[in-house]
Amino acid sequence: MLVDLLHESIIRNAFIAGTIVAIVAAYVGYFVVLRSQSFAGEALTDIGFAGATGAAIFGVSSLVGMLLFALLSALGIGALGERMRGRDIEIGMFLSFALGIGVLFLSIYTATGSAHSSSGLNILFGSILSVTTTDIQLSLIFGIIIIIVTTFLFRPLLFASIDPEVAQTRGIPVRTLSIVFLLLLAATVTESVLVIGVLLVFALLIAPAATAALLTHRPRTTVLVSIMLSLLFTWGGLSLAFIGTFGEHLPVSFYISALASIAYFIAVIARRAHLLQPPRRTTAPVTTRVATMNRKA
Amino acid sequence: MAQRQETPVITLDHIDVRLGGRTILDDVSLTVHAGEFIAILGPNGAGKSTLLKLLLGLIKPTAGTIQVLGRAPRRGNVDIGYAPQHRELEADLALRARDVVGFGLDGHHWGPGWPNRKRTALIEQALQEVDALHFADAPVGQLSGGEQQRLLIAQALLTNPRLLLMDEPLSNLDISRAQEIITLVNGVCRTRNVAVLLVAHDVNPLLNAIDRVIYVANGHCAIGAPTEIITSNTLSKLYGSPVEVVNAMGRMFVVGAET
Amino acid sequence: MLQAFQEFWLYFPLLQNTLLAGSIIAIVAALMGYFLIMRGLTFAGHALPYVGFAGAAGAVLLGIDPVFGLFAFTLAGGVGIGFLGKEAHARDITIGILMTFALGLGLMFFALYSGYAELVYSYLFGTILGISQQDVLVTAVCSLIAVAALIVMFRPLLFSTMDPIVASSRGIPVYALSIIFMALVAIAVAMSIQIVGTLLVFTLLVGPAATAIRIANRPLWAIILAVFLGLLYTWLGIFLAVVLFNGTLPVSFFIATISFSVYLPIRLLSPLWIGRGIRRQRNQEQQVEIEFEHLKARECVAVEVKQESFK
Repeated sequence: MLVDLLHESIIRNAFIAGTIVAIVAAYVGYFVVLRSQSFAGEALTDIGFAGATGAAIFGVSSLVGMLLFALLSALGIGALGERMRGRDIEIGMFLSFALGIGVLFLSIYTATGSAHSSSGLNILFGSILSVTTTDIQLSLIFGIIIIIVTTFLFRPLLFASIDPEVAQTRGIPVRTLSIVFLLLLAATVTESVLVIGVLLVFALLIAPAATAALLTHRPRTTVLVSIMLSLLFTWGGLSLAFIGTFGEHLPVSFYISALASIAYFIAVIARRAHLLQPPRRTTAPVTTRVATMNRKA
Repeated sequence: MAQRQETPVITLDHIDVRLGGRTILDDVSLTVHAGEFIAILGPNGAGKSTLLKLLLGLIKPTAGTIQVLGRAPRRGNVDIGYAPQHRELEADLALRARDVVGFGLDGHHWGPGWPNRKRTALIEQALQEVDALHFADAPVGQLSGGEQQRLLIAQALLTNPRLLLMDEPLSNLDISRAQEIITLVNGVCRTRNVAVLLVAHDVNPLLNAIDRVIYVANGHCAIGAPTEIITSNTLSKLYGSPVEVVNAMGRMFVVGAET
Repeated sequence: MLQAFQEFWLYFPLLQNTLLAGSIIAIVAALMGYFLIMRGLTFAGHALPYVGFAGAAGAVLLGIDPVFGLFAFTLAGGVGIGFLGKEAHARDITIGILMTFALGLGLMFFALYSGYAELVYSYLFGTILGISQQDVLVTAVCSLIAVAALIVMFRPLLFSTMDPIVASSRGIPVYALSIIFMALVAIAVAMSIQIVGTLLVFTLLVGPAATAIRIANRPLWAIILAVFLGLLYTWLGIFLAVVLFNGTLPVSFFIATISFSVYLPIRLLSPLWIGRGIRRQRNQEQQVEIEFEHLKARECVAVEVKQESFK
């Protein structure tokens, strides 16, 4: 039955767009979770939203508005914030300022009587069902660029995220990488918001990677699992939206975010209940133990 | 120790370091040769970490010249292995010990890197050298301080450095763990002929392993054998105020007089 | 300028409720906000309003007063975050996913019921320019209770914020305090959202405190400064919005902009004067360290010597 649905171009487009965004968000999300930058991710989405609202007033494409706001904020946060993990306050300040501007735009919006109040909600909750071919092309191009850049930065970024001091001595520009990553995050968020809306971007950015981190400990495996989970949530959510649950067709974003959150909580509970075994640590080999004993004797 | 004839690994020539109006190092000159195991001692804030940062190229001296391995210090020198003071790793970090050690080999290369046998073999070898194989696959955030210290050393050794810098590796370890690390480092030093500079607070556990001591106090440095440097005379001159060194039961204690 | 002030004075009776409620909320937010950012819970401050929104939406769906849903969900969310403890990494992720879940729920409620526009608007922007005296009274009472509780908890809360391990060893119930604190924050947030809207709540929580800690070295001074700044921003914002723009532009925009404009230069310039204080402290610490090491050594020697004399 689902296959029949795919013949509908709306649904097909939704799946394609969703797939692209899911992969990119999960890939970049791996680092967001690793670097404990969930708040940065969330803030940039909201800031992007404010930018999109503003863009609509000035008659500029909301993509440009979002990108501008998000990139500038990423730069500001990266430049001001000192420690990688201690930027919350700076993020909060930029967020509140951007939201203030967004509120300004919104009120001018509604005051000028633009009939686009629905598009505001669209950006908030996603318009995956009304995604156009242009949107798909844009998000594909964006997505490919982001994936290439992230892959290029993979090792140094991983190193700098875990071990910034030693990485610094190895010549890795830890501070610059931080800023570049935030810019990357801003771009990812913008690309995704266009398709799936603010709410969902954050869910796909964090939940798949966080769940994957609970399941496996090898970096590359974690990235793969994160992407797979993200696709699972997206396709599952889309399918549920089209098929409907209990006779109701609830919004796509709800299904996807519900799937993502529930999966994460299940993984957390499984971990707490020791159902997910952390990798085994073998006891010290016999030879070493004997050697220690001899030394003491 | 027999005098080596090759170029010294480190040469400091009348180094001054002034940061933010404070003189941290004042007219420091010293030489370190290959294969020497040297302890860096001195009170907190005296400039021990500054010395390491100079060698790593992270700060530039206000005056004087430094040569490390025959060249000016620069960042990203793979001939220097560095084990920093502490590392904050969350307990649930999704990374194995093995992965973290692997950074030392190619963490600074661009691109994602592909697993290959040679790389895995090199990492195995490093892990074995520090006796960390039995927890190589455990999540790194759950390891004890001593185990993490060993990983840091393995990571530093992966590029076959000729100089190993360790910033207070023993501070949070109990005596037996500290002794294990010292034995390990000593072994690495002798078998690989690597010069080791190890910052510590207490010289006593190190006395049997080290060749020389660098004592940093009051912006000044004194370098020499422990018995030469850790004496009341030398330290008093260094501190610029009366300092007593007491030798008791094969140990040395630095005791300050009232100012 | 003088004319503007005169106009403001004319408006004053009309604005009384607004200014009163705004001031109360500014004070409470600055107080809570200081502890919030010192405990690394800025994200929680941003996420809680969303959770509250889902609760309000759900309540409307069930035909209950949205305020009830708002308070219930915000409180549950706050206490839940309090339970998460100090491990920042996992905590931030959990907060984020909780927020997503709540937003998703809110969206679901939204889809099932169509009369939400007004609710959304009032929760986003608040109704500060049109509140009644009764609203002010309720706000005042709630705030008084919250602030009183905070004052009672003040010293143990401060201690456990700065140094949880030592505080815990002194018998302070660090975990319980964090839960109670989050509950207070939740109540303050839920109460304030109705008056000033979600955006402004967050701004008043973070902005004044963030600026204050860059200027004042000591906690008490930082808190007092934060409260002062919060009041300043609020009054100035209301003044600008009402007098200069006749209420056409939202108050929250002005307050947010003022808050950021004050924060940015102070943040950029602050290393200059904070650095000095820290350096002075470090020099003193160094002295103490040297003496301490010598004392330690002397004790060791004393013990050794005693043992020697017993042989």
